[in-house]
Amino acid sequence: MPESPNILDIKNLEVNFKVYGGQLKVVDDINFFVRFGEKVGLVGETGCGKTTTMKAILHVLPMPPAVIPKGEIYFKGKNILKMNTNELQRVRGKGISMIFQDPTAALNPVFSIEEQLGAVIRYSINSNKDSKEEIHQRSVVALQEVALADPERLLKSFPTQLSGGMRQRVCIGMALATGPELLIADEPGTSLDVTIQDQVLRLLRKLVEEKNTSVIFITHSLGIVREMTDRVYVMYAGDIVEVATTKKMFANPRHPYTKGLISTVPRLTGGGVASGIAGRIPNYLHPPTGCRFHPRCSSVMDICKQQKPVAYNLDEDHQVACFLYQKEA
Amino acid sequence: MNEILTVTDLKKYFEVGQSGLFNKNSTMVKAIDGISFSVLEGETLGLVGESGSGKSTVAYTTVGMYAPTSGSIKFKGTDLFDKDGKRSLASKKNIQIVYQDPSSSLNPRQTIKDILEMPLRLHQPEKNTLEQTIRLLDLVGMPPEYMYKNPHMLSGGEKQIIAVARALATDPSLVILDEPTSALDVSVQAKMINLLLDLQKKLNLSYLFITHDLSLMRNVATRVAIMYLGKICEIADTSDFFQKPLHPYTQMLLSSIPVISDAEEAMKPKKVISKGEIPSPVNIPNGCSFNTRCPFVEDICLKVDPVMVNQGNNGHMVRCHLFSKNIQ
Amino acid sequence: MAENADLDDLEKSNYSIQQIKNMERASRRQNIGRSWYKFSRNPLSVVGIATVALVIMLAIFAPYVAPYPKHAGPFTDFAHAKIMPSLAYPFGTDQIGRDILSRIIFGLRSSLLMGVVVLALVVPPGVFLGLLAGYYKGSWIDTVIMRITDIFLAVPPLILALAVASVLEPNLWHGMLAVSLMWWPWYTRLVYGITVQLRNEYFVKAAEVTGASTAHILFKEILPNTLSPILTKMSLDVAWVIIIGSMLSYVGLGVQPPEPSLGTMISDGARYLPDQWWIALFPALAIVVVVLGFNLLGDGVRDMFAAQET
Repeated sequence: MPESPNILDIKNLEVNFKVYGGQLKVVDDINFFVRFGEKVGLVGETGCGKTTTMKAILHVLPMPPAVIPKGEIYFKGKNILKMNTNELQRVRGKGISMIFQDPTAALNPVFSIEEQLGAVIRYSINSNKDSKEEIHQRSVVALQEVALADPERLLKSFPTQLSGGMRQRVCIGMALATGPELLIADEPGTSLDVTIQDQVLRLLRKLVEEKNTSVIFITHSLGIVREMTDRVYVMYAGDIVEVATTKKMFANPRHPYTKGLISTVPRLTGGGVASGIAGRIPNYLHPPTGCRFHPRCSSVMDICKQQKPVAYNLDEDHQVACFLYQKEA
Repeated sequence: MNEILTVTDLKKYFEVGQSGLFNKNSTMVKAIDGISFSVLEGETLGLVGESGSGKSTVAYTTVGMYAPTSGSIKFKGTDLFDKDGKRSLASKKNIQIVYQDPSSSLNPRQTIKDILEMPLRLHQPEKNTLEQTIRLLDLVGMPPEYMYKNPHMLSGGEKQIIAVARALATDPSLVILDEPTSALDVSVQAKMINLLLDLQKKLNLSYLFITHDLSLMRNVATRVAIMYLGKICEIADTSDFFQKPLHPYTQMLLSSIPVISDAEEAMKPKKVISKGEIPSPVNIPNGCSFNTRCPFVEDICLKVDPVMVNQGNNGHMVRCHLFSKNIQ
Repeated sequence: MAENADLDDLEKSNYSIQQIKNMERASRRQNIGRSWYKFSRNPLSVVGIATVALVIMLAIFAPYVAPYPKHAGPFTDFAHAKIMPSLAYPFGTDQIGRDILSRIIFGLRSSLLMGVVVLALVVPPGVFLGLLAGYYKGSWIDTVIMRITDIFLAVPPLILALAVASVLEPNLWHGMLAVSLMWWPWYTRLVYGITVQLRNEYFVKAAEVTGASTAHILFKEILPNTLSPILTKMSLDVAWVIIIGSMLSYVGLGVQPPEPSLGTMISDGARYLPDQWWIALFPALAIVVVVLGFNLLGDGVRDMFAAQET
């Protein structure tokens, strides 16, 4: 098998959900990759399919009602969708680790921090003979890495005794304790206060850069994307509409949706409130023909209603799925 | 300009924990510990703060969910609460609230029609309710078909718009908006804000706008007040607040916001970077409650709680020893 | 302030009454379709509702469906007693010569009647008390109601039922009264727990803040959100009431002979085991089928009310 320069490669992934009335076409043939050591953002609004994609990567979608009619997800060259339970267990938590949006829900309130963190470490070491002493030491180190003071006392505490920021740090510590190569962070600061979020995100960036971990940041916050990622994918209604390096994305967004999204973010410098993007997200049971964004697009052309645009290369590392750029490619 | 809402030295304390004959273990949470502000007719006063700031308690007390522990809240000069801490039915129509999460503020087992009819029937029983409901939906830009839907059939933005319609059903003068767009996507947020600003002009509403999103506040509020652990730290006109922030906490908050352009990045105060945890409201530090995190902390901050002083001529007020020193 | 409406007539708005009625009808149809979809996801629920429907039909049309309707009353035919299940008597005959199948069909009547009547007596007051106590949690109303509930729950149920049934003349109605007295507290407890949680929900706060009356809040805001567990419990309870009713008639309290009751048939037939096994077995199987049917129906009802997340 040829050595891929990418730690994660998603090709032509489609995910549907069976419901009353038919199938919801939630993820519609997407391509997505992450290079080793890269920090990639996946930006989109509610219902765009980013959470479903993330769950597909870890292969934790409930099947039924979820169905994956086609597509491959390669993690270091192996297709996750075709792995058996043993292989999956080795990937989950060790190869790929996750930080959830709500740290309160991610931590079990009836177990102490030591029990939960210890369980993760024991699992990653993979040896039953490891003494409690070594696991305890590693737990202390894990907590120190996330800048939590007094780790010994913290290990004995319970999640309810910690603040939101501390819980999120514990979750980050747990996610990184196994030394994963790919970290998926789902809205990592959203449930935190702004001043705490700022500290947690700075810490996270420092840690992943130190360990050269690849990261996927899933978020709806463009500000966080700009601060934390090297490259960003924009997702709308199950499609990837644009991908570019973060700098290029903000300097020169091309897709009408991306442009609309960036324009609707209120600015600290003032300037009033933009008018938003007309229309609403499509019905996934009967999505629009052709480009899924066409009913809301101010630059819509006839071809947009009939065919789905493919990803046109604008230059290295900047692609956009829009017929407006067909000639430029 | 008239004052629609006048809050004077408002305090709201909650008793937390068991207290009874044999157990004196209750603690007092000082959710609001002496704040004063007013909302003028037709303006939007922004209230900003993080967890434990008390901003939601301000909202809930003003709308009548709690009775104040002390201090007064006056609507157009009349006290909202009588001496027993109760409010009259008539006063309930003047001040309404839109809650943050429309999924829990709309009854999932009711139809939109039920939800909107209740306040209409209560406060305007002489009019044709069905017709009023359709007009209300029209006012917020929703088609009448929505009457027969349940909330879960609507998107987050649509639900929140219904919540706004419900608030307007009683024909209020003041609407409290408690993080009205925090649960919404950015593109929907813009529509919601535009709707709110539109309605404000059309119906001459006053808003008490609560949010943690300072970028949004910048573009929506006429004046901004920032709260920390139950007290107001600074109040100013919006442009003064953002261009000349005085209180160290204001600066810390401004420097923590993720922004998307270099111009905004340049606006962020560089001297104060976020650090430290927010103390629990059960355990507020002595002296100035911000002293555990303030980069300019001095001895006096640990012992004496600063008072609100006027800085500048635009009604820019700040509560910090750095500025009251000038008076001393 | 809003400008005063100059629309006095509905006609002046852009929608006619007919259009509104059409919208209402369309949405109602959609709701029924969606409810059935959720109910029928599990095929067993469909089996449940079919079974219950069959049982109800049999009970209602008993005189026309039973092969020997007269056997359900005072009837003896010792010449044809204790006959094994055969073509003429599909479930066999009992020790007096009565067709067991016919008696089971008529016996379903008293079982179902018991289920329906007991629930009708028990659910409205039980739910109401639960709503009241839950909404006023911490006040004397809460204390009084819940302590009374505790008292009734402390008495072993069957003892209570037996005590009541033996003090009063033993018949079906007194049996139902006895069961009702021990059943209502469960609904109060159930609704109390849910109400205590719901009263802090923002939609309840929103109603309070607007000035809604307590009656509106209890019945229009909170009650609809308790319907799911209540209806599910009711479906399952019919099964339980039938069993309890059978137990009562098994010990002689409840339906009196010669009226057929499934419980009495089992107790009479127990004597003839194992040789004339059919006399006790078929009534027992009938109870099993009815109880199973209602249980499966209850599962389906719960699924139907499940959160509708897409």
